[in-house]
Amino acid sequence: MRVVLMILVLGWLLGPGGVAAQAPAESKAAPLSADPVLEARVLKIAEELRCLVCQNETIAASQADLAKDLRQQIREQLTQGRTQEDILDFMAQRYGDFVLYRPPLKFSTVLLWAGPFVLLLVAAVVLLMNIRRRDPLAEPAPLSPAELQRAQRLLDDAGGTP
Amino acid sequence: MKRYLWPLAIFVVMLGFLGMGLQLNPRDVPSPLINKPVPAFRLPTLAAPDTLVAPDDLRGQVWLLNVWASWCVACQQEHPVLMDLAKTSAVPLIGLNYKDQRHLALTWLGKHGNPYKTTLFDRDGRVGLDFGVYGVPETYVIDKQGVIRLKFTGPVTPEAVRDKLLPLMNELGA
Repeated sequence: MRVVLMILVLGWLLGPGGVAAQAPAESKAAPLSADPVLEARVLKIAEELRCLVCQNETIAASQADLAKDLRQQIREQLTQGRTQEDILDFMAQRYGDFVLYRPPLKFSTVLLWAGPFVLLLVAAVVLLMNIRRRDPLAEPAPLSPAELQRAQRLLDDAGGTP
Repeated sequence: MKRYLWPLAIFVVMLGFLGMGLQLNPRDVPSPLINKPVPAFRLPTLAAPDTLVAPDDLRGQVWLLNVWASWCVACQQEHPVLMDLAKTSAVPLIGLNYKDQRHLALTWLGKHGNPYKTTLFDRDGRVGLDFGVYGVPETYVIDKQGVIRLKFTGPVTPEAVRDKLLPLMNELGA
C-alpha cells in the first residue's frame, strides 16, 4: 500500500505539469483545420487554459461552445503569428488568472503557490514534536525472569485476596 | 486533556472554512475587467443592421449591458426582472445579443417583451469574448466615463437589483 502511494505521489510530482495536461487524447476535439502542426500548437496552448463553463476541464478537452470559440481564437492568433505568451495574456486579460492552469506568481497567488509547502512544513514539525514526545511513553521492556519471580512473590504475599 | 482539544480545534477551524466554501459560488469568477474601460466594439443593432453602435455613443451616462440570447433558458428567467427595471429606472439597458440569429432574437423579444433601449447584435460572439463572457446571461454596470464597475453573472434577481445594481447606479449618479 505504502509503495503504491509513493509511486502515485512520485508520478504526480514528476508528471507533465501536475494538474494540467491530463486530458486523455480521445476526449480532445476533432481538429478543425487540416494543418496538424498548427493543431498541435493550438492544443498545447489550449491545455494551459481552464474552461470557464466546465471548470475542471481544459479548453483542449472541453466540448463547451465557449471552449470551441476559444480554440478557434487561439488558432487565428497563431496564424497571425502571435506567440503562446501573447495568447495566454490575451485570455487572462479577459477571463482573469483563473483561466491559467499555471497562474503567475504574484501577491494574490502567493498562498496558492506556497500553501502546499507551508502545510508540509507544519505537518513535519507536528510529526517531529509527536515523535519526540512519544519516546518516554514507549512500551516498557518485558520483565526479566528475576523481575517476574519478584512479582509472583509479591502477589503470593498478598495472600490471594484481590 | 489539552492534546485531545487540539484535533477538535482543528476540526472546528476546518468546518469553518468548509462552511465558508459552501457559501461561495464557484461560477462567480472575478472579472479582470472591473474598473477597466469597456472593450472597444462596433456592432450593428439587432433592429437595424446598418446602424452601428460604439462605446463612445453611450459615454456620459451610466448604462447597463445585459448579455442575452434566444437560446438561453436562464435569460427567460431573468426577463421579467429586466422588464421591471426598464419601467422603473431611467438607466438605459443595452442588450448584447450573443451568438444568436437575428430572426430568432427578434421573435424572442416579440414574445417576451423588449426591455432594451438598444440591442447590439454580436453574431459570432467576438465582442462577448472581449467582455470575458462565459455564461449567459451576464450583466454589466458601466459608469459615465465608460468604465465597467460591476459584473453580474447569471440571471439577475429582484434582490440583486435592489441590493447591488440600484445602489451602485445611484452612487454613480445615474
